[in-house]
Amino acid sequence: MAAATDVSRTPAAPAPAPPPAAARPRRWSWARVRRAGLPYLLLLPAVCFELLVHVVPMLVGIWISFKQLTEFFIRNWGAAPSAGLDNYRFALNIDNAVGSALLQSFWTTLSFTLLVVALSWFIGTGAALLLQDPCRGRGLLRTYFLVPYALPAYTAAITWEFMFQRDNGLVNQVLVHELHLTSVAPFWLIGNNSFVALVVTAVWRTWPFAFLVVTAGLQNIPGELYEAAAIDGAGMWQRIRRITMPSLRPVNQVLLLVLFLWNFNDFNTPYVLFGNVAPPQANLLSLQIYDTSFENWNFGSGSAMSVLLLLFLLLVTAVYLLLTNRGRNADA
Amino acid sequence: MPSSRSGKPRSPMAPPTSFLWVRRIGLTLLAVFTAIPVYVMVSTSLKPLGDVQSAFRWIPTRLTVRPYIDMWSTVPLAHYFVNSTVVAVCSTAISVVIAVLAAYAVSRYRFPGRKVFSVTVLSTQMFPGILFLLPLFLIFVNIGNSTGIQLSDTRLGLIITYLTFTLPFSIWMLVGYFDSIPRELDEAAAVDGNGPVGTLLRVVVPAAVPGIVTVAVYSFMTAWGEVLFASVMTDDSTRTLAVGLRNYASQNDVYWNQIMAASLVVSVPVVVGFLLLQRYLVAGLTAGSVK
Repeated sequence: MAAATDVSRTPAAPAPAPPPAAARPRRWSWARVRRAGLPYLLLLPAVCFELLVHVVPMLVGIWISFKQLTEFFIRNWGAAPSAGLDNYRFALNIDNAVGSALLQSFWTTLSFTLLVVALSWFIGTGAALLLQDPCRGRGLLRTYFLVPYALPAYTAAITWEFMFQRDNGLVNQVLVHELHLTSVAPFWLIGNNSFVALVVTAVWRTWPFAFLVVTAGLQNIPGELYEAAAIDGAGMWQRIRRITMPSLRPVNQVLLLVLFLWNFNDFNTPYVLFGNVAPPQANLLSLQIYDTSFENWNFGSGSAMSVLLLLFLLLVTAVYLLLTNRGRNADA
Repeated sequence: MPSSRSGKPRSPMAPPTSFLWVRRIGLTLLAVFTAIPVYVMVSTSLKPLGDVQSAFRWIPTRLTVRPYIDMWSTVPLAHYFVNSTVVAVCSTAISVVIAVLAAYAVSRYRFPGRKVFSVTVLSTQMFPGILFLLPLFLIFVNIGNSTGIQLSDTRLGLIITYLTFTLPFSIWMLVGYFDSIPRELDEAAAVDGNGPVGTLLRVVVPAAVPGIVTVAVYSFMTAWGEVLFASVMTDDSTRTLAVGLRNYASQNDVYWNQIMAASLVVSVPVVVGFLLLQRYLVAGLTAGSVK
């Protein structure tokens, strides 16, 4: 009975005429309170955990960013002296070592993210398009390509770390001893090359996700569209350009944003790939903040940096959604 | 592929030859790119130590299973295994139950705060983990100090953390699944005298098994592979595989054959589980993207 009345209110199911519950005099009754309270009761556990692990820590993080919270105040953080905006000034002052390292880390992270998102999207979409029509081995390849995504992130990064070893790794074996591209074996995990190593590892792990999402998106495009276009004389490439890509737009809108946020916040890949000290050329923001907080035990400035990172991501997301939604509305 | 088609008259839908070549070359390159690290992992894990310390060889000269035996004593692997299993299984089980309840409420009821809940939960997905890490660590330390419930350096703290990480995606995915289950089934169950909870358990949950399995696999994978929070919130006795193996791989003198063997052993369960269930995942993503 309770379920039936609630169901009838949802637009998705035009249920049979609801029982005349509304016609009855509105009286306070235990049954009604229980019915109205039930959804909240069902949500209660989720809300509690979200509050404990996400919402409250975020608010506390913002609060800490205005405090001078060092190792001496961990057990008694209420006593930490106020720092005003000092933590932010410290983080944004590019004349001191921390500030300039943070700025460099920001540019590194931005170029890393843009490269990984672009490459992963391109490879993932390409593979999904190549496997759109039935062909021999399609089901097998669709499953096989997901292996890098299914591997735990750290085992993938450890394997790449081994492959990038200077003296006994596969990469130098191929480049130096088999292709003879250079005579001196380069270092991959320190110096400028470390950025390349980081991008390759991240792309290897990320593109299958793009592939998975685009494959799912392709299945929503009705086949009649292609048939109609083919009868009108549109070739393969034209059909991809005029039908497939426009139809994938909503999927791509979400996919690109998710890929951007994930990679911008990436911690695992550099943390596992480079061991204890990441080279500055590949020191992503999350790792930089982590080091500031836990190696120097300075939680105040670490939190200020996290808040700045969050503000940047909020700004990017807002601008991105505004621009893409406007583009979509203009098309319609 | 082309030989079987060349005999038939070409339909307008048939791909041009250029596309067939792009497909052949592109897919081959991608298959090789995907295979190389996996091959390195498998082949290295079967090489004796001397062979992995010299230049890399594609074909192992000698094969041995020693690394699979020695790895258990080089690092406390069994101990990490137990920790990771306990944490991943518990957080998955609790997370799935909580997500099913929440998704049922969001899918079947219209109530004030429904929209706020959905938006808030989803938006926590975009926040950097590093922002939660410091405060959560401090909160756990202080909860331990004031109530005696130890959450830092314990499995319990990690379980609570991980189950929350996966809630947003799980709820979002299950709402999509539940929405696709016809409400007539709910009504029929109600006519049969089931209350809301009975309807959920007897009608909605059985019809949404693929979605629930997908969510469970996702939760397990997340807990199994998480590094950032585990690196701060565990000590020697509660260390998980992710942090234990990572720390070992960061040392100067690494037995690469053993760590590749260990990596393979910890990967196989999740990879197999994921690949067996990936078609449910595609179906779930398709259902979600329609909305």
